[in-house]
Amino acid sequence: MTVLEPSKHTADAPLYRRRRGKSVLMMSLSFAAAFVGLAFLVVILLTLLIKGFGGLSLAVFTENTPPPGSQGGLLNAIVGSLIMTAIGVALGTPVGILAGTYMAEYGKHGKLASIVRFINDILLSAPSIVVGLFVYEVVVIHMGHFSGIAGALALAIIVVPVVVRTTEDMLNLVPSQLREAASSLGLPRSTVIQRISYKAAQAGMITGVLLAIARVSGETAPLLFTALNNQFGSTDLNAPMSSLPVVIFQFALSPYADWQALAWTGALIVTFAVLALSIGARVLSAGAQK
Amino acid sequence: MTSIDLARSNPAEPGQIKIAPGARPMAGAGLSEKISVRGLKFFYGDSLALKGVDLPIYERKVTAFIGPSGCGKSTLLRILNRMYDLYPKQRAEGQVLLDGVDVLSPKLDLNLLRSRVGMVFQKPTPFPMSIYDNIAFGIRLYEKISKSELDGRVEAALRRAALWNEVKDKLDASGLSLSGGQQQRLCIARTIAVRPEVILLDEPCSALDPISTAKIEELIDELKADYTIAIVTHNMQQASRTSEFTAFMYLGELIEFGETQQIFMSPHDRRTQDYITGRFG
Repeated sequence: MTVLEPSKHTADAPLYRRRRGKSVLMMSLSFAAAFVGLAFLVVILLTLLIKGFGGLSLAVFTENTPPPGSQGGLLNAIVGSLIMTAIGVALGTPVGILAGTYMAEYGKHGKLASIVRFINDILLSAPSIVVGLFVYEVVVIHMGHFSGIAGALALAIIVVPVVVRTTEDMLNLVPSQLREAASSLGLPRSTVIQRISYKAAQAGMITGVLLAIARVSGETAPLLFTALNNQFGSTDLNAPMSSLPVVIFQFALSPYADWQALAWTGALIVTFAVLALSIGARVLSAGAQK
Repeated sequence: MTSIDLARSNPAEPGQIKIAPGARPMAGAGLSEKISVRGLKFFYGDSLALKGVDLPIYERKVTAFIGPSGCGKSTLLRILNRMYDLYPKQRAEGQVLLDGVDVLSPKLDLNLLRSRVGMVFQKPTPFPMSIYDNIAFGIRLYEKISKSELDGRVEAALRRAALWNEVKDKLDASGLSLSGGQQQRLCIARTIAVRPEVILLDEPCSALDPISTAKIEELIDELKADYTIAIVTHNMQQASRTSEFTAFMYLGELIEFGETQQIFMSPHDRRTQDYITGRFG
């Protein structure tokens, strides 16, 4: 029989020293990677603030984009972005929520759900310019001209997969016992979903919609092929519509210093709007976990 | 001592209750079968989880299902309100008669069945809403009643579940803010609020501390005056304390069914005895 002797492990043991060395190395690498990531973010935000903050004035929010060499603001771009984002989200969210509900609540074990999930994942990571081209082919060419509604449609197509994904994920987090408990009271399935599952997954689902808004409000490529741009303050969905990302794109590439300054200001506005949405989404989901 | 030994009764004559030789008729034999399980088989996909079970569940009595994990006792319970219907590839064969009506019939209205056969789960499952709404929710679904009447029903259910005094001042608080034991009593209150006839309890105390467990057991004792109760439990003492009848299951079969006292004091089957005395399981 072997007798258990007292441990003779010391800090000098080569195996232990090597393990500690490895740990220090990996920690330094992780720290460096985190620092690099954060540093880029800080640099971007700082640059935006430095270059864009000076251009912030009331005129930015009250005047339309100017011709080169004259005074103006970003009103038409901001309004266009708001309109197209609002319509895009209004069209995409119900589709996304219903599809996500089907996948999590009804089709969970079925083949259709896994096919939809696969396609949805492709759509989720598809380059947004492809979505723009698709809407260009299907809508813009048939209409004969660029339009705000085509832009909104392109954005809606980008909203759908984001909302499908978060809705399904959040509903899957609802414990099946909660559904069973509701069913055991004799609730029909539709009531269980609407009154119990949605309620339990509420914060996460709203977070998903906020993230979708954040995602589309910065999209440029799909709007280039669909809504294009409009120098005038137009709210006509049947006409080309301006948007912040496209204006930033156009003005930043221009040789005129005043347009470039406006592009920086626009970039600042978009970035901080998205930042605010993301923070809002975080606060919501943190609140839901309590 | 009376013994009703269904496991050994002839499967060709389902429902026939064989009284063990020499047994006296049960004292005050006013027993009526609320639920009759006959030749019940259950499949998870291709695997057979219940291999032909025959069992009565008597009205206004507590029937305990005991047996080692995986023996099929929870499966059996979940058949009684067709809970398995929520999942594909699960199916039951045989007969489960509730007041003579076959519960397994595909034509049966599941929601009505479940309003008659309520269920309380292992983990407390309060809905993500206020304490009041947790109770009122189910009532509103079946009855259109005035606010004051609803208030009365909510109070009555909470009193019945021995929770009223602890929550009467915070009915608007979230059901999730209660302790585990309180949550479980809330779930029981919610179940009885819709006035079922049968209450199924699936290990209702396994997530609770001893004091909460004692409260729930006390509650079960009170509830059996009005309800037919079936309880799945891993706790032998709980089965012997709370139930009048006990079914011992093993590997998907009903090994022995009888009065709780008989099952615990003088089991007929060796396996029952081994399980009860802790030799396996």
